[in-house]
Amino acid sequence: MPTIISTEHLHVRYNAEMALADVTFTISSGDYVGLVGPNGAGKTTLIKTILGLLAAESGRIEIFGRPAARFSEWNRIGYLPQRVASFNPLFPATVKEVVGLGLLGQKHFPKRFIPGDGKRIDRALELLEITPLRGKLISELSGGEQQRVFLARAIVPDPDLLILDEPITALDPQTRDNFFSLISRFNREKGTTIIMVTHDVGSIGQYANKFLYLDRKVVFFGPFFDFCQSPEMNKHFGDYSQHVICHQHD
Amino acid sequence: MEPVNFLHYAFVQKAFLAGAFIGGLCALLGLFLVLRRLSLIADGLSHVSFGAIALGLALGFYPLTVAIPVVLLGSYLILKLTEKARIYGDAAIGIVSAVGIAGGVILASVSRGFNVDLLSYLFGNILAISDLELVLSVILSLAVFILIGFFYHDLFATTFDEESARVSGVKTRRVNAILLFLTAITVVLAIRVVGIMLVSALLILPAVTALQVARGFRGAMITAVLASVSSVLAGITLAFFLDLPAGATIVMLNFFLFVLALFCRRVRIISLS
Repeated sequence: MPTIISTEHLHVRYNAEMALADVTFTISSGDYVGLVGPNGAGKTTLIKTILGLLAAESGRIEIFGRPAARFSEWNRIGYLPQRVASFNPLFPATVKEVVGLGLLGQKHFPKRFIPGDGKRIDRALELLEITPLRGKLISELSGGEQQRVFLARAIVPDPDLLILDEPITALDPQTRDNFFSLISRFNREKGTTIIMVTHDVGSIGQYANKFLYLDRKVVFFGPFFDFCQSPEMNKHFGDYSQHVICHQHD
Repeated sequence: MEPVNFLHYAFVQKAFLAGAFIGGLCALLGLFLVLRRLSLIADGLSHVSFGAIALGLALGFYPLTVAIPVVLLGSYLILKLTEKARIYGDAAIGIVSAVGIAGGVILASVSRGFNVDLLSYLFGNILAISDLELVLSVILSLAVFILIGFFYHDLFATTFDEESARVSGVKTRRVNAILLFLTAITVVLAIRVVGIMLVSALLILPAVTALQVARGFRGAMITAVLASVSSVLAGITLAFFLDLPAGATIVMLNFFLFVLALFCRRVRIISLS
C-alpha cells in the first residue's frame, strides 16, 4: 500500500513547551486511523503540524511521498478543523458558498468556478443529506448542521485523505452514528484514508483499523487487534474499558 | 437652482465620478475588513496619512502622492509588527497610528504656514476635487477592483476561515498582504471624499449595513456597494443644495442607511418568530 503520511522523529514546541516528542509513524493508503489520547496530548498539534499550520522544531514529514514543505496537491486532502476555530458565526455566507471553498485547492490563478463545480457541490450536499440547506446562511444553522456543512466542504474535492479533528463534539447521538457510518463508507467504498481525532474511543473502535494513541509521544500505534492486546493500552484504559472498546469492534 | 443645471457643473460631475468609484471601493474592502475584525486598520492608516500629508506639504510635494507610499509603508509595518514582534493586530495598528499622528503634528509645528491646507485634508471636500485627483482616483480604483476580482476566492476563503483556507492551498500571508496594500491605497483615495477624520466610516458603515440584510457573501458585497455609492451621490447632492460639508453629510447618510437596515432586520426577525 502506498504511504500517505509518514513522520520521523518529529519534535514540536508550543510556547516553549515540548508539545510533541520524537513522533514517528506511517499511515498507508486506505487506513482508517483513530487518533486518540488525553486532553493536551498534542493530537491537534500533530494534525496542524502535518498540514503546515504549525512549524516543527525538527523531524521529517512526508505527505503522499513528498516532503511537507514542498507539498502542493491540497485538493487531495479534505480537512475538518476542530470546531472550525476561526470561523466568524456572523459571516453572511450561504451553505453553497461555504462548501464551494473546498474546491479551491484544485484551482489555479485566477481561481474561477466552472459549471461542473455546482454539480459537485450538490453531490456533497446530497451525501450529507443537507440539500435543503443549500441557500441558507451558515449562521442560521444549528451546530450539528454547521458541522455537516464543514464536512461537505472537506469531501467536495473527493480527497484521498480526510483529516477530521474532533468532528462529533456538536452532534447528537443519532447524527453521530450516521456521521461515523458515512465516514466508514468513504473509507470502504472509495478507499479514502481517514485520520480522525476523537475522545470517543468506544465509537471509533467500531470503525478504525488502526489506532494512534498520543500523549506528547506515540504511546501506541498499530492495528486494532494489537491495540486490544496492548499492555500499554491496558494501563491507560483499564481492563473494563479496553474490553468494551475491543468488543464493540466485533 | 435647478437639479438639471446642478449636474451640468463640471466639478459636480467630477465629484460624482470620483465619489462613486471610491465609495464602491471602500464598501468592497470594508466588508473584508469588518468580517476579519480589522475595521480599525482604516482608522490607523488614515492617521498615518495625516503624517504623510504633512510631510508632503512640508516638502512642497503634492500631498496625496506622498501619502500613497507612506501609508503603504505604514500598512507594511502593521503587518510586520503583527507577524514578527508577537503583538496583537490592534496594538500594532495603535502604534503605527500614533506615530503617524505624532509625526504630522511635529511637522505642522516645525514647518508652520501650511496648517490651513492640512486642515482641509482632515475634513475632505470632494466638490473641490482636482482633475489630477479624479484621474488618480479612477485609475487606482479600477486597479483595486481588478485585484479584488483576481483574488476574490482567496480573499473570501481567508476571511471566512484562515486555517482551512491555508489547507486548501490559499497563500493566506500573501492574501493578507494584498488586503493591507489595497486598504492603504483606498484610505488615501477616500481622504478626498470624507477627510482623514471620517475615512474609517466610509469603510465600516456600508459593510455593517450590508451585514444586516444581505443573504450570501456576493449579496453582501452588492448591498454594501449600493449603500455606499448611493450615500456618496446623495451626500454630494445634499451638500451642494444645503451648503453642508460633503464628507460629514455622506457619513451621516451612511449611518442613516445602517439604522434603516438594522430596523429592517429586526422587523424580519420579529415576523419570522
